[in-house]
Amino acid sequence: MHVSLTVNGQRAVTDVEPRTLLVHLLREELGLTGTHVGCDTSYCGACTVILDGKTVKSCTMLAVQAQGAEVTTIEGLAANGDLHPVQEGFWERHGLQCGFCTPGMIMSAVGLLSENGSPSEDEIRHGLEGNLCRCTGYHNIVRAVEYAAAKMRGEEPPAAEWEEGSS
Amino acid sequence: MYPRSFEYVSPGSLDEATSVLASTEGAKVLAGGMSLLPLMKLRLFSPDVLVDIGRIPGLSSIEDRGDHLAIGAMVSHAATASDPSVAEHAAALATAASWTGDVQVRNQGTTCGSIAHADIAADQPSAALALGATMVAASAGGVREIAASDFFVDTLTTALEPGEILTEIRIPKQGGGSAYEKLGRRGGHTDYAVAGAAVWLDVSDGAVCCGRVALTGVGAKPTLAEGVMEALIGTDGSDAAIAEASERALEGVTVLDDLFGTVEYKAHLAKVMTRRALQQAVAAAT
Repeated sequence: MHVSLTVNGQRAVTDVEPRTLLVHLLREELGLTGTHVGCDTSYCGACTVILDGKTVKSCTMLAVQAQGAEVTTIEGLAANGDLHPVQEGFWERHGLQCGFCTPGMIMSAVGLLSENGSPSEDEIRHGLEGNLCRCTGYHNIVRAVEYAAAKMRGEEPPAAEWEEGSS
Repeated sequence: MYPRSFEYVSPGSLDEATSVLASTEGAKVLAGGMSLLPLMKLRLFSPDVLVDIGRIPGLSSIEDRGDHLAIGAMVSHAATASDPSVAEHAAALATAASWTGDVQVRNQGTTCGSIAHADIAADQPSAALALGATMVAASAGGVREIAASDFFVDTLTTALEPGEILTEIRIPKQGGGSAYEKLGRRGGHTDYAVAGAAVWLDVSDGAVCCGRVALTGVGAKPTLAEGVMEALIGTDGSDAAIAEASERALEGVTVLDDLFGTVEYKAHLAKVMTRRALQQAVAAAT
């Protein structure tokens, strides 16, 4: 079937079988392999993308359901070589270990911050409840989102825990 | 993990959708797909035809129609959870929707889809039952209304006939107060319920005058706990009266064990959740 959608600001037109999942369209048809397939059962959130402003699990959506939609993937966040504040936060606060869950975590964090610019730690943890990290690196992921939230508000991010009291 | 091949149809109107369903053997309705697509990917279910109702106009709104709220087939869990009129008139459903799945699932999945799927551990079916909702089903033969108390037939089985689409649920604006409580599989309120309880009740002249309690996750389907209301009606709705009434939560209910709890544990949880939901509903109604 014919599907046309906008991915990271670029129009994409392709023919897919109805059973093609959105994640497969992104990875295999468009070569955007930043979006990961993790659990394949809708639990882990590694495949999270932003579709028409809302985070969705692209492994649990047919490509044909995204007809006409605007999709943002992890590849669409950095602009002109500058990392998105959430990407920068994961870098600066060591928000990853193996990195497999990271694209989905970042997309969920971007979705969360678009609705709530000043989330509490509790709100961050609940906002990421649809994303699983098998390295159990949640602690620094929360710090990374706090870093990004401050940056996006134009504030100085809180100091890294390993720097506190060191100066 | 691909589902088996199927034919995909995306009708532009409800009439077209019902006529495709009426004329096609093995067709299944797709709304958000949060329950259907995982089943198809695991190949536990392989419909020949999917009828995607996501592009039919007029199914995505929550309307206040004076004496009831109408929640359309494509209204997401997130929309139900954040709608001010649902919060005001159907707090139990708003809470249940806010605790369904996770953020991404709530963005894509639908309230009506969860109710039509009728998973025993899903939150919104029991909220709809406690609130006395009416389900509206459309088919090529016309439209019919089904009371929530007649809608849930068995595990994953509802009164919907093949060829029918659940186009909206209607929640009466009946005053009083409602609440939902659960313990989720991942602790707190996250994930499917191990057990939960939805309550709607009203208070008049200082006494509980009417209400319904419905249980999630303990029996084969969302179940009304009629003994609880029988015990509570006429009382002042005090904590003591609620505690005593909650002990009757499992009268007439066959509790099923599963991976997440034994019969004894779930029976205990159901009473605790009933008590907590009753306390909140009484507070909201007075």
